Amino acid sequence: MLSNIGNTLLFLNILLGIFIIYFSFKNLQNKKISISKNIYHICLFQSTFIIICFLTLVAAFIISDFSIITVYQNSHSLKPFFYKISGTWGNHEGSLLLWVIILTIFSFLFLLYNKSHSRNYRIYSLIIQNTLILGFLFFLLFNSNPFSAISPTPKEGLGLNPILQDPALAIHPPLLYIGFVGSSIYFSAAIASLLTNYSGRLFAHSIKNWVLISWSFQTLGILAGSIWAYYELGWGGFWFWDPVENASLLPWFAMTALLHSLIVLEKRNFLYFWVIILCLLTFILSVTGTFLVRSGILNSVHTFANDPSRGLYILVFLSLMIFGSVLLFFNKFKNSNYNLNSNSKETFILINNWFMIFYLITVLLGTVYPIFTEVLTDHKVSVGPPFYNTVIIPIVILFLFFMSVGPQTQWIKNKFYNLNLLFKILIASIFINFSIIYLFKSYSLISNFIIISAVFLIIASLIDLYKLFKIQKMDSSRVISHLSFGFLILFIGLNYNFSLEKDFNLKLGERKKFDNYSLEFKDLRLEDFKNYKAVIGEFKINNSQRNLNQSLYPEIRIYENPSTITYEASIRSGLLKDYYITMSNIDRSDYYNIKFQKKPFMMWIWISVIFISLGGFLRLFQNAKKDY
Amino acid sequence: MRTKIIIFFIILNFNIVDAKTFLIDSNKVFKNLRCLICQGQSIADSNSEFAQTIKLIVRDQIKDGKSEKEIYDFLIEKYGEWIVYKPPLNKVNFLLWLLPYLAFVTGGGIIFLLLKKRYNH
Amino acid sequence: MQKKIIKLFILLLIVFVIGVFFISLNKHSIYDTRSLIGQKITDIRLDHFSKNKTITGEDLSKNNFTLINFWASWCKPCRDEHSILLKLNREKNLKLLGVNVKDKKNNALKFLNDLGNPYDELARDELGKHSVNFGIYGVPESILINKDLIIIKKFIGPISKNDYEYIKNTVRK
Repeated sequence: MLSNIGNTLLFLNILLGIFIIYFSFKNLQNKKISISKNIYHICLFQSTFIIICFLTLVAAFIISDFSIITVYQNSHSLKPFFYKISGTWGNHEGSLLLWVIILTIFSFLFLLYNKSHSRNYRIYSLIIQNTLILGFLFFLLFNSNPFSAISPTPKEGLGLNPILQDPALAIHPPLLYIGFVGSSIYFSAAIASLLTNYSGRLFAHSIKNWVLISWSFQTLGILAGSIWAYYELGWGGFWFWDPVENASLLPWFAMTALLHSLIVLEKRNFLYFWVIILCLLTFILSVTGTFLVRSGILNSVHTFANDPSRGLYILVFLSLMIFGSVLLFFNKFKNSNYNLNSNSKETFILINNWFMIFYLITVLLGTVYPIFTEVLTDHKVSVGPPFYNTVIIPIVILFLFFMSVGPQTQWIKNKFYNLNLLFKILIASIFINFSIIYLFKSYSLISNFIIISAVFLIIASLIDLYKLFKIQKMDSSRVISHLSFGFLILFIGLNYNFSLEKDFNLKLGERKKFDNYSLEFKDLRLEDFKNYKAVIGEFKINNSQRNLNQSLYPEIRIYENPSTITYEASIRSGLLKDYYITMSNIDRSDYYNIKFQKKPFMMWIWISVIFISLGGFLRLFQNAKKDY
Repeated sequence: MRTKIIIFFIILNFNIVDAKTFLIDSNKVFKNLRCLICQGQSIADSNSEFAQTIKLIVRDQIKDGKSEKEIYDFLIEKYGEWIVYKPPLNKVNFLLWLLPYLAFVTGGGIIFLLLKKRYNH
Repeated sequence: MQKKIIKLFILLLIVFVIGVFFISLNKHSIYDTRSLIGQKITDIRLDHFSKNKTITGEDLSKNNFTLINFWASWCKPCRDEHSILLKLNREKNLKLLGVNVKDKKNNALKFLNDLGNPYDELARDELGKHSVNFGIYGVPESILINKDLIIIKKFIGPISKNDYEYIKNTVRK
């Protein structure tokens, strides 16, 4: 039943998409200034239908309708209600449906909120966006249909992978998709802008809020994924440079670059073609990421069940997109005159872009390089954290200095104000770094520089904030994001530097001593839960110096639907540091492998990222207030 | 005066670094090794039979006074380059190490040229 | 002209990248150590299972061919390949060296008593450390080497009927 409703709605959406494109072309031929009411109506229908279609799938998950393959494969009647719902987008088919929803809703809203812009530009954006929608709808309907029926109807579902049953992961895909699928709208707009020669300030104005929306959500989405990895994977880190994580980071770099150069386009009316490149690049990278993740050609912890036909479809779609946009771009590209002063704000924004592109290239190269070596030389290599750390970290230091200096400059003019002040800040940050390292007694060369540069940025931003406060100018969003970015790097630096990690094997009743800590394996018990059994260990941590006395309870969980073993970390989060223990059994022995970690400032890393994206939302709010 | 102060602080920072005794941290080595039989996990993160054995080997070699590089080279010889997360610089991998820096220099060059063009006008 | 070259270059680059992606879609990508075939095994040192002596590379270079088989009594696939190992034992040109990995001595002996002993020599690697010298990452795994200690083939997982034929043909040549 639900399967039929869903399929019908998908089919209707394809028809509506075709109608929209048809009416749009017809609308282009007449001379009226406004867009015909028909188009608005069809777009409204399109959005409504796709939402109903998604709700149908959600309903199928809630009532556990196992006659639908997707539900059968990814749900179970005993699963908690919340995870039944989140199971909807926890799989390939459902998450693609979420893709289409975001494509569709953004298409409608973009049409609705840009009434002041040129008619043809809007119509062409709509046409391009609907072409994308159709592409994904066909993929959904003919290759990855979430509503495929199975018969006879199975009695029970296979269950959702237990490591996916986590609140952070439940909200991770929707946030991330608003981010990188949202970038489709400025891909379409950029193509439309090239086609209709609707360029310059007005173009910048029409897309800037959309860039802000996608950037802010992308930031939050990456954060949710990172928090999930920290709590659920039991490795005690927040970023592993896993190919799938990289896939979400790549569009973020492009968006960040775009966010900044768009300001130049709006204020100074140049960099138009560069902005176009970034618009196109962001969505192309999003689709490339999806291709890499869904086709299964990368070796990653996050496995979607892979199927080469999916990969092939996305690859064909991707190539069409890339060739279409590149050829159009070549056709329209004109050399324009730049008017740049070396110490002006424009230059520093270009410098931001320069670094972003460097990060982007590094991460992209590291992610796809193993594919190339394997295809071309039959040689398998792994590119992991040490590569990225070696290449990226030194450049981050330089980046932070530019980031502190940049906002101190003015548009057009070739002048710094307050070179003296910057120098004082530098001295202060070196001094602060020195005291931090003296107090904590752990150091390395590179982290010295990281901390100095991060503190430099923080102080510079704080002074900015103070100034803004004094003159009552409420353009504080930039300062908030930059300040939080400084804090983020600072806390990452401190976390990296002052983490304590121990890996050892213990038997029940034994005690292990290291540094000032002692860890005692006190108890081990087996407990039955609703959908799993758990072996729970009790560990007592003592610190002779700090009077610390805490118990942690790591678990080994044995799930039955589907049958999986997971290792649950026990984490004692605090304002200053987290204690983190995972325990796993060693085959054929009484010993357990224990990983003990002390991770300083974890919570502050998360908070910094939240504030970075808050800056984006704040700017969005300010823009909205200005416009109406 | 200014430069003197900066130099003073930089030297201060370097001195602290020098004071550190260089003992190889086994955990760091574990993190740089891939668990061959796992899905995208490092030796540090995995608890498989294989990871246990490699941990023993690495600890032994550290005790024997081998350098980090010697340990990686030994494991590459036995298991191939797939086992290390930091690909060694060689014929196959030089593009991986070269291109990011090339991109960085090119980007800097482009911005520099844009600025120079302005001065010539 | 210069612009045209740049444009062409960009287009070719895109074609190249997409082409590589396309090929990789159909490529199997499960890693194994088969790329080590053709290399010489160095630094062979194995403790004999029962006698107080060390088996070294010198001992192995006396044989025309040696099949080094890594096994354990707790490993189920090892049982599956055992009958084939017994058959291989009859080959004249081939000596079998068994390496008992991470096992209890009694369990290993019981295993051989129950199923038969195919090995010409038996070594013991209690902690699995020596197996690393051979590039082993699980049991069962077997390596076929020649007189010069050069790896001819690696068998990851239990030895199959096809593998048996291969070994037989290689050794009889």
